[in-house]
Amino acid sequence: MSLWALAWTLVFVATAMGLSMWRRLGLEKDMLIAAVRATVQLMAIGYVLKFVFRVDHAALTSAMVLLMSAVAADNASRRGQRLAGRFWRVWMAVMSTEIVTLGFLLASRVIPFQPAYVIPISGMIIGNAMVASALFLNRLRGEAQARRDEMMVLLTLGATPRQASRHVVKAAVKASMIPTIDSTKTMGLVQLPGMMTGQIIAGADPIQAVRYQLLIVFALIASAAFTTMVLGALTYGRLFNEYLQPVV
Amino acid sequence: MDIPPSDDAWALRFVDAGRRVEMDGETRWLLRGVGGRVQAGTAVAVIGPSGAGKSTLLSLCNLMQTPDAGEVHVFGREVRDWDVRSLRRRVGLVMQQPVMLPGTVRDNLVAAARLHGAPEPDVSAILSEVGLPPELAERPARDLSGGQKQRIALARTLVNRPDILLLDEATSALDRESAAIVEALVMRRVREQGLTAVWVTHDLEQARRIGDEIWLVAEGCVVERGPAAQVLAAPRTAWGRRFLLGTAAEEADGAPAGRDEGMLAHGTEHREEGTRG
Repeated sequence: MSLWALAWTLVFVATAMGLSMWRRLGLEKDMLIAAVRATVQLMAIGYVLKFVFRVDHAALTSAMVLLMSAVAADNASRRGQRLAGRFWRVWMAVMSTEIVTLGFLLASRVIPFQPAYVIPISGMIIGNAMVASALFLNRLRGEAQARRDEMMVLLTLGATPRQASRHVVKAAVKASMIPTIDSTKTMGLVQLPGMMTGQIIAGADPIQAVRYQLLIVFALIASAAFTTMVLGALTYGRLFNEYLQPVV
Repeated sequence: MDIPPSDDAWALRFVDAGRRVEMDGETRWLLRGVGGRVQAGTAVAVIGPSGAGKSTLLSLCNLMQTPDAGEVHVFGREVRDWDVRSLRRRVGLVMQQPVMLPGTVRDNLVAAARLHGAPEPDVSAILSEVGLPPELAERPARDLSGGQKQRIALARTLVNRPDILLLDEATSALDRESAAIVEALVMRRVREQGLTAVWVTHDLEQARRIGDEIWLVAEGCVVERGPAAQVLAAPRTAWGRRFLLGTAAEEADGAPAGRDEGMLAHGTEHREEGTRG
């Protein structure tokens, strides 16, 4: 796509801004900032990726994955404000998911260890793990508050924190996996996934594009399940103090 | 480390114990300067107006709340020195609101055994002990009446075979006949098996029946403590006379300011008749 053609698509932004002004929504400034930020961020990442692909070094590829996981953990850990040490817990959950999922794809030779494969697929796995983590932390607190009486009964009977919070963690895991499962159910019917669309537009065989997309879809289901379960195991203890009293 | 129950040990000992909360930047003592001892194998009835600190007193005994001042000893060991899980097995609590765990009545009654990896108890026998039919075992626990739930909550706690039983208005939702069954069950365990019971009640007649001792709690303090006959017949303090002789029951109910006793007292309507005795 030429820059001239790309520039033409700014018409969409201008139209949205025009509609906002007409209906007095007051969103023009936000729309402009969002468009500029997206352009700058995507152009920058485009040049970074070009450099990383050209160098094609394992250390650089790994550094990119680490950076993505740190940003994802920082973003997701903004949820669950009252859970101490949540950044490291989220990061560990995200990274363990990335290692297991990507490790399986590499070990089974589904994809080669090349930055052009590792980075985009890692991005999707980590992004999905980030969303699942944020949802989990959000729901964990809500569920713990909603089921506080039940936890109290179990604690008075001598339950461990794990036993007392079992239903709370289970409900939070289920709730945080629903978006991934729902979007998987409607895939191809409601929306064509971004990766597949991109490949088709770039000239790839649609069947090949579908195969890669299915690979990602399956990996994402596993990643959501793995992330939330690891995060559940790492965070349930923070719902209680040293005397096994609920603190949420 | 567990300490075995002993006839000559104090089951509970309070040493200048207190519990406070921060509200709107101010410190408010729910309980302050509590001292006293409970002999193992006896029953203490705790009475007093709403919001006096009675439920807080109970929750300090099984460490559902931590003392902010002083100490609370269970069988000679300060509560914070206990392994918390062992402490809570030994000191059972029946809450004011009978919260049912998800599942059937059976699931509720075997919950404690499952938590501790112990053999499951005979559910029919437990149900009959609290005056409920065995058919109830497979019913969803949430479908029970308030009174049935209260008896299941008591039975669920007794499955742990506690040495000390804390009862927070455990018969408040029961009719007279069911309350008598529960009362007889607990007191049988006290007299025959050496259970120690600390029973918060608003029913002065019940306090007279079950209490070897009566503790009157008012405004976060234990203002009267002694043998039931003595406390009920001849209270020594002005507070005791006002509350027990019922000359100013409304004033007594209104006197202790603020909310009820923390986590254990949510949504309770206390019966005025009970306080007037």
